[in-house]
Amino acid sequence: MIELRDVAFAYEDAPAFTLAHLDLDVAAGTIMGIVGASGSGKTTLAKIIAGFIPSTEGGTYRGTASVAGAVLSEGTLTEAVDVVGLVTQNPFNQISGARFTVREELAFGLENRSVERSQMIERVNTVAATLGLTPLLDRSPYALSGGQMQLVAIASMVVMAPPVLVLDEPTSQLDPAGTRLVYDVLGRLSEGGTTIVIIEHKTELLHEHCDAIAVLAGGRIVSTGTPASVFADDRLSTWGVGQTRITQAAREARTRGLLPATEPLPVGVSDGAAVFGTNGETR
Amino acid sequence: MNDLTIRIEALRHTYESGVEAVAGVDLTIAPGERVAIVGQNGAGKTTLVRHLNGMVRPTEGTVHIGDWSTSDKSIAELSHRVGYVFQNPDEQIFARTVESDVAFGPKNLGFEPEQITESVTSALEAVGLAHEAQVHPHHLSLSERKRVAIAAVLAMRTPIVVLDEPTTGQDEGGVRLIASIIDDLTARGITVVAITHDMDFCVENFERVVVMARGTVRADGSTEQVFADQPALEAAAVEPPQLARLARVLGWSETAVDPSSFVDAFERRRRG
Ligand SMILES: Nc1ncnc2c1ncn2[C@@H]1O[C@H](COP(=O)(O)OP(=O)(O)OP(=O)(O)O)[C@@H](O)[C@H]1O
Ligand SMILES: Nc1ncnc2c1ncn2[C@@H]1O[C@H](COP(=O)(O)OP(=O)(O)OP(=O)(O)O)[C@@H](O)[C@H]1O
Ligand SMILES: [Mg+2]
Ligand SMILES: [Mg+2]
Repeated sequence: MIELRDVAFAYEDAPAFTLAHLDLDVAAGTIMGIVGASGSGKTTLAKIIAGFIPSTEGGTYRGTASVAGAVLSEGTLTEAVDVVGLVTQNPFNQISGARFTVREELAFGLENRSVERSQMIERVNTVAATLGLTPLLDRSPYALSGGQMQLVAIASMVVMAPPVLVLDEPTSQLDPAGTRLVYDVLGRLSEGGTTIVIIEHKTELLHEHCDAIAVLAGGRIVSTGTPASVFADDRLSTWGVGQTRITQAAREARTRGLLPATEPLPVGVSDGAAVFGTNGETR
Repeated sequence: MNDLTIRIEALRHTYESGVEAVAGVDLTIAPGERVAIVGQNGAGKTTLVRHLNGMVRPTEGTVHIGDWSTSDKSIAELSHRVGYVFQNPDEQIFARTVESDVAFGPKNLGFEPEQITESVTSALEAVGLAHEAQVHPHHLSLSERKRVAIAAVLAMRTPIVVLDEPTTGQDEGGVRLIASIIDDLTARGITVVAITHDMDFCVENFERVVVMARGTVRADGSTEQVFADQPALEAAAVEPPQLARLARVLGWSETAVDPSSFVDAFERRRRG
């Protein structure tokens, strides 16, 4: 569904290329997690997939990025936004500013697409309910807490139901309950065929919800694979990617000879319980 | 040394919209203490701490920074005592270069030119951005901009530093950097108040945790006490750190929150 071939990008006047020789494939209907260090170019990559780079950003762009068979740099931004919805990293900047209430904010994009009114109301109400925003619908989109604003930014893209959804650290300001709501929604969308790319630092969540993980380092994708294989990779820390406390504990237990090296490295609580539970039984 | 006690008494704040964001908070923070504030989205954490530098004023009750009541002081006056790093760095950053943004605070506080240079340089070094001093902040990534916002407050050398979600968007190295900055502030006697949703960061760096729910303080105590208080955590929808969750699933009585002590506990159990 998403195909990036030898993509490179340098911001205007920047001393070096932020991305270079970047290849990425995301299969239709799957959830791909992107990890990488601060400043490694994750947001830049998200903007390329969503068609904002090169169209709205000066600089040097090379390579081919296509979504659903169409090469993004050959079409217009309007065509791109019909296919790819981008939830930007800073939710504060995503609020359109054109509307007085959260309800109107969520309806904004649908209005622009001339969606029929009753259908629009129905879609806004449904998405608001699934993201816990119903009590906030009549509030001003600016009079919200950071986390609430982030949920509004996500909802305003989800309501558009684009075939491809790119989310740039969408749970960075969310509490555990809000985070769960977001991943539940993404899971359901993916079952319905939406292709999802999510940039996220919380390894435990990616491990639980993604079909595949790609690691961005040195301007390109240096590793792709299942969450279990990527998160057990010894090179992870050299790429600036963190491991969960459970993975760190399992590594230490291995070093101290308390866990067999044949045992896969756990990432989350359920696989952690399996590894530490069985190996912890007193013999 | 810092001798400023933060004293919040019977504090309430209702926004113009009618939302009561802080609904009766009493909280005292001693000079040099470091405190984490945790709790659900919309619990009132940001509204509460914005009272400390006067960005938000009490609707009822009082906030004292040492002998000053924030109700009688301007934001400019309060900035001599309290530095606040915004949750959203883009609300805080406005200069054309990283360096001039970080120099803004010290200049306004009336630092001597050489003091300005010195404090800006050391603040940028602390956040790992010395090499980006001449860059336009908009040409940095978001986590880098957050570190600029932190540097801007460090450079002010205030006796109280308030950090609103400092680790948001930081990678592993960035989180470690922020932890070491907090250690350094503590070593210099500076009071640190930090809001966070990252429970690993919270238990590893803070001795005292305040749990907020619906505009009130639901729990306040040592980190161990608070994370052992299941009812309070549930009421505030706060999830314990990852290894504590694993220990619970395994049915362990002890909660080891860092990997090494978790493995120690595992080893003791294996020996029987
Ligand atoms: N508009 C811009 N002009 C020039 N350089 C930029 C611009 N935006 C980003 N950069 C640079 O490109 C690099 C990658 O930035 P990007 O925002 O893509 O990183 P990121 O991986 O998303 O980081 P973070 O984890 O902080 O969000 C950074 O070094 C940044 O300084
Ligand atoms: N400027 C504002 N005007 C009106 N209401 C506001 C404003 N800012 C926040 N609120 C409301 O006040 C309550 C507390 O918000 P606050 O920002 O203090 O929460 P928070 O605990 O910091 O949440 P988060 O973890 O999401 O940042 C929320 O219900 C929020 O919607
Ligand atoms: Mg980014
Ligand atoms: Mg907040």
